[in-house]
Amino acid sequence: MLRFILSRSALVIPTFLGVTFLSFFLIRLVPGDPIEVRVGERGISPERLAQLRHELGLDRPLWVQFFDYIGDVLSGNLGVSVVTKTPVLQEFLALFPATIELSVCAMLFAVVLGLPAGVIAAVRRGTTVDHTVMGVSLTGYSMPIFWWALLLILLFSVNLGWTPVSGRLSVMYWVEPVTGFMLIDTLLSDEPGAFASAVRHLVLPTVVLGTIPLAVVARMTRSSMLEVLGEDYIRTARAKGLSGIRVVGLHALRNALIPVVTVIGLQVGVLLAGAILTETIFSWPGVGKWLIESINRRDYPVLQGGILLIATLVMAVNLIVDLLYGALNPRIRHGR
Amino acid sequence: MKTALRGAAVGLALAAGFTFPVAAKTLVFCSEGSPENFNPQINTTGTSFDAAEPVFSNLVEFERGSTEVVPGLAESWEVSEDGKTYTFNLRKGVKFHGNQNFTPTRDFNADDVLFTFNRMWKEDHPYHNVSGGEYDYFNDMGMPDLLESVEKVDDHTVRITLKRVEAPFLANLAMAFAAVHSAEYGETMLEKGTPERVDQEPIGTGPFQFVNYQKDAVIRYRAFPEFWGEPQKIDTLVYSITPDASVRYAKLQAGECHVMPYPNPADVEAMRNDPNINLMSREGLNVGYLAFNTQKEPFTDKRVRQALNMAIDKQAIIDTVYQGAGVKAHNPLPPTIWSYNEEVEPYPYDPEKARQMLADAGYPDGFEADIWAMPVQRPYNPNAQRIAEMVQADLAKLGIKANVVSYEWGEYRKRAQAGEHLMAQLGWTGDNGDPDNFLNVLLGCDASREGGSNIAKWCYEPFDSLIQQARQITDREKRAELYREAQEIFHEEAPWFPIAHSVWFQPVRKEVVDFRISPFGRHVFEGVDIQE
Repeated sequence: MLRFILSRSALVIPTFLGVTFLSFFLIRLVPGDPIEVRVGERGISPERLAQLRHELGLDRPLWVQFFDYIGDVLSGNLGVSVVTKTPVLQEFLALFPATIELSVCAMLFAVVLGLPAGVIAAVRRGTTVDHTVMGVSLTGYSMPIFWWALLLILLFSVNLGWTPVSGRLSVMYWVEPVTGFMLIDTLLSDEPGAFASAVRHLVLPTVVLGTIPLAVVARMTRSSMLEVLGEDYIRTARAKGLSGIRVVGLHALRNALIPVVTVIGLQVGVLLAGAILTETIFSWPGVGKWLIESINRRDYPVLQGGILLIATLVMAVNLIVDLLYGALNPRIRHGR
Repeated sequence: MKTALRGAAVGLALAAGFTFPVAAKTLVFCSEGSPENFNPQINTTGTSFDAAEPVFSNLVEFERGSTEVVPGLAESWEVSEDGKTYTFNLRKGVKFHGNQNFTPTRDFNADDVLFTFNRMWKEDHPYHNVSGGEYDYFNDMGMPDLLESVEKVDDHTVRITLKRVEAPFLANLAMAFAAVHSAEYGETMLEKGTPERVDQEPIGTGPFQFVNYQKDAVIRYRAFPEFWGEPQKIDTLVYSITPDASVRYAKLQAGECHVMPYPNPADVEAMRNDPNINLMSREGLNVGYLAFNTQKEPFTDKRVRQALNMAIDKQAIIDTVYQGAGVKAHNPLPPTIWSYNEEVEPYPYDPEKARQMLADAGYPDGFEADIWAMPVQRPYNPNAQRIAEMVQADLAKLGIKANVVSYEWGEYRKRAQAGEHLMAQLGWTGDNGDPDNFLNVLLGCDASREGGSNIAKWCYEPFDSLIQQARQITDREKRAELYREAQEIFHEEAPWFPIAHSVWFQPVRKEVVDFRISPFGRHVFEGVDIQE
């Protein structure tokens, strides 16, 4: 087991280097550096441009900048935002809980609805229930996030007035950030009604962000279940007179879950990508919005640091998923 | 929602440790983004200026909703005979805000003015390098070259001496970058070893004091009871940060905010018809134009430039591209600025005459030229690509083959300022409401150098001498006379095809009272009320 973890972790190193390399050079391929972007119509004298570039170290050869950056990262220094002059890690830690909160809720939403929907569709294969589940999930999968979000806002927030349009908490509350997770912070605070407000603010973004993973989970569960339900041991179990629920719930589902868990693991990456759009629409103060802004402002340290941190997280989740297989299915237990 | 907002005020009051009367009024502004910081000396974006606006006062200020300069922290001022020395008499008894780390022990005085200017000006000032130490606007407005000295005469008198006469100087002092900071706060934060707090937790003498800020989410202010001006009618001001324009509109409809900036052009019609929304509008302090590079053939010949001014159907561009959000430009100055010359006769749209003039200039069969289109939407030009195509079609009728060219935005400006183009679109939004800020910055000889903002690269002595002369005198009527004459020369020489001045749309909810659109594109909440 330990050997597996070690060898699996070793794979992280090239991925790390790749991510750092790509994020470093891709943003520099985009024309215009942080200073030019800031200058505007007025223009800047060549001397001043050179001076400002020098101050930011942008006048050094690219490879020197790159290796300096790698060195800094290895010593735990992700740099300072060119725009706000705040350390990247500090900004990330302040904003990341919002993204996690939203992503976890979206994932829960996807799994809690997607798993049963997929199982039911598989068991009732070919019936109207099956067609409905599959039809809806296909639609959900194809839904452009932006459009879907605006549609929900117009219906539920503007017309019906059930949910707030955007934000994390009504402006009527001020909750001192303790954990950064609004649901927890509002519970800790003694502001009556703040928790309910936080929940109401979470509903629409959760649905929007969870829609695609929900569709993926439901479809994956269904096809995986169908495969398992056709296996001999299921027929045996039925022949032994086990109840339908026991067969489906215990014997079939446990085996069907393996590909589903893989997909859920992969969906973490998709979720974080979707969070960028979702956060922008719902004015959700997470890292997605922060990254988008850093691209527009060519805030190199923020973009590089942000991508690196998120990539680390995705890699960690995938590692955990690999380990989970063993728990689900003893046949894949590692490193005997 | 009304109750929610009232509750908001109470919630805020509790949070800030203050109590308001039960009927506390909160105004929510759905701002478009997060500020870089709260010090207008070191930032450059409208978003950041808006965030600092409620907190600070200047020596002189722009009257709300106008480009007129009025007394601020300086009650009055005298200008010396030679026009180089300004003596400001400071207002007495002006209080600074306080916060949990700082309680002011004295009123505003001359030291604060010196602290403000010296931070930006003097490289050895202890604050000069704090928070990056870039003072873009101070530098861009040419202050380091202009200032001779800033002196304290006594506690309530400051004398500023200039190296040369510069008429727009007073208007510069009303700009955001010249916001007056507390010297005492500066010293206190320096002692505590946290000088950057000055830029993140601002202390000023403005109508609202800063309460707190959550990045990308919300900024809160509350009315400052000891403000030197008129007391505020609202108690709390909240900026609810909402980057997407459609979502801002949804929030406005749902009553989650009272005022929103930058509506989607597509939503404007619906806003006009919405009974809960008051759609205000105003001509922007800007101009969008197509500049001819007057240093390159064939645009060295003014007949060619005039011909092109007649060959392009401006009305069609206004109708198709601006769709009600712009008016035709004839002058380089927007009509909201004093000294705008209404007597300039616009070039008619006359392709036949244009063809004739081109033939006279030696181009009977036209020529080949590139026409540059910015890759981004700007207030003065919502779709440069589309305009380029329309110009291309109009010019094709005269046999001119125009190729549309575009670069990434930063690259675009750099190349245009270097004069690499033949025809390039660009525009300008005014900083201080002074005609010099358009005519000199965009068309003066000094700006025509490589890298300068005069992208027609047009240096015409008769024009330049007029605007340089106008800088040297402080009598406004005389200046206006010179600028009007300069606009006639501009028209005759035609270094640009002026396209349009934008029209700003400002949707506010019906219950908002006395909101005035700032000609500078700022959002100002001083004096605004809510009628429940």
